[in-house]
Amino acid sequence: MMTTSLKTMICTAAMLTLGAGAAAAQTDEKLVVNGETEITTQAPAPAHLDGALDTIYSGWEFRSPATREVQMDDFDNPGMIFVDQARQVWNTADGSEGKSCASCHDDPAQSMKGVRAVYPKWNEDAQEVRTLEMQINDCRTNRMGAEAWGYTDKGMTSMVALISLQSRGMPVNVAIDGPAQSTWEKGKELYYTRTGQLELSCANCHEDHYGDMIRADHLSQGQINGFPVYRLKNAKLNAVHSRFKGCVRDTRAETYKPGSPEFVALELYVASRGNGLDVEAPSVRN
Amino acid sequence: MNRAILSAVCVAAGVGAAAAAEVAPKDVQYGEYGAVEQSLTGQPGDAAAGRKVVGSKSLGNCVACHKISELIDDVPFHGEIGPPLDGAADRWSEAQLRGIVANAKMTFPESMMPSFYKTTGYIRPGKGFTGKAAQEPLPPLLTAQQIEDVVAYLMTLKYE
Repeated sequence: MMTTSLKTMICTAAMLTLGAGAAAAQTDEKLVVNGETEITTQAPAPAHLDGALDTIYSGWEFRSPATREVQMDDFDNPGMIFVDQARQVWNTADGSEGKSCASCHDDPAQSMKGVRAVYPKWNEDAQEVRTLEMQINDCRTNRMGAEAWGYTDKGMTSMVALISLQSRGMPVNVAIDGPAQSTWEKGKELYYTRTGQLELSCANCHEDHYGDMIRADHLSQGQINGFPVYRLKNAKLNAVHSRFKGCVRDTRAETYKPGSPEFVALELYVASRGNGLDVEAPSVRN
Repeated sequence: MNRAILSAVCVAAGVGAAAAAEVAPKDVQYGEYGAVEQSLTGQPGDAAAGRKVVGSKSLGNCVACHKISELIDDVPFHGEIGPPLDGAADRWSEAQLRGIVANAKMTFPESMMPSFYKTTGYIRPGKGFTGKAAQEPLPPLLTAQQIEDVVAYLMTLKYE
């Protein structure tokens, strides 16, 4: 009986290893937006992953052909509606200083090009790692004299999408060394911590079992290069921290708050796992 | 009146006996390789009830990760995270299955499988799927009876 039990355990272990090692391309299709912007949706894993993954894949590769197609044309992509709304806001003065985003940053196509690709990023003046949302609220409160937006409010997420769009097709390249390193390490620890009554870490699903089905869902690597993401499921743009919160909640855990130091650290770490994939925002997923 | 008292005493005794027979999550005895020899209820499980627990999203939801061919016509979309359970009873004894369902990490230390009969020792335990904090001990994911029912169902999964 003990021999049988051991043998079964070994077989099970072998099966699990095979599952995790099956890192073939998720789709051979290429993501080209509007027939002109080529997006890199698979790339060699960054060195810091130290062999945990061989290849990194955008979540786009794991979705159905119909969902993938919606992202290939901005007229079909419902996320672009929110980008257009944010463009209006960009040019509208708000707050006691009578300034709009455009007052200082002019045309986002020039001023914001490449910004998304390197965020979250260390801010020397504030001595902290900042997300785009934090930087936007810094501008609103300190330069415009306007009210801070809620971290995952529609207006905030739409503005993040407008800014992110200016980096579409550029590779994610967040810095993880220097002053950002301790935040990155904290994010890495959170990524591998098994939380909640289901005792699941990010890695359980998105590193060990990407490509597998969990009930009717096809597990991706949980890459965030596509955020903000328009989800067909809730018909709106979704912020990275909203998605984190949903995932942690689904482990039957007490979640962290959007904008919390924990989620900022996790965002930096998860973004760094996608260094080499192109920014896709606004992406489309189910 | 005497009869009434007698009945009350009998009912109390009956409840006492049932409670004593049920093994609390913290009292489960796991063997060296994770098996649990003793029934958690002291009574045989109900395989039909266990089949419902296995397929129900709000109960065991075992099919989220495990494929069971026998069940797929009734409950579609089985996951592929864990090994398929077809023939489980050919590979495992009842005690081993009870141990795995109650707390798989006692059999496979690194297992991703949730512990269905465990109430303490969690990191940031939440109140169900609300995202809000919860105090331990948590209610176990499945009751002792549900564990026994699932084990009884798994024991019906044979190839022959």
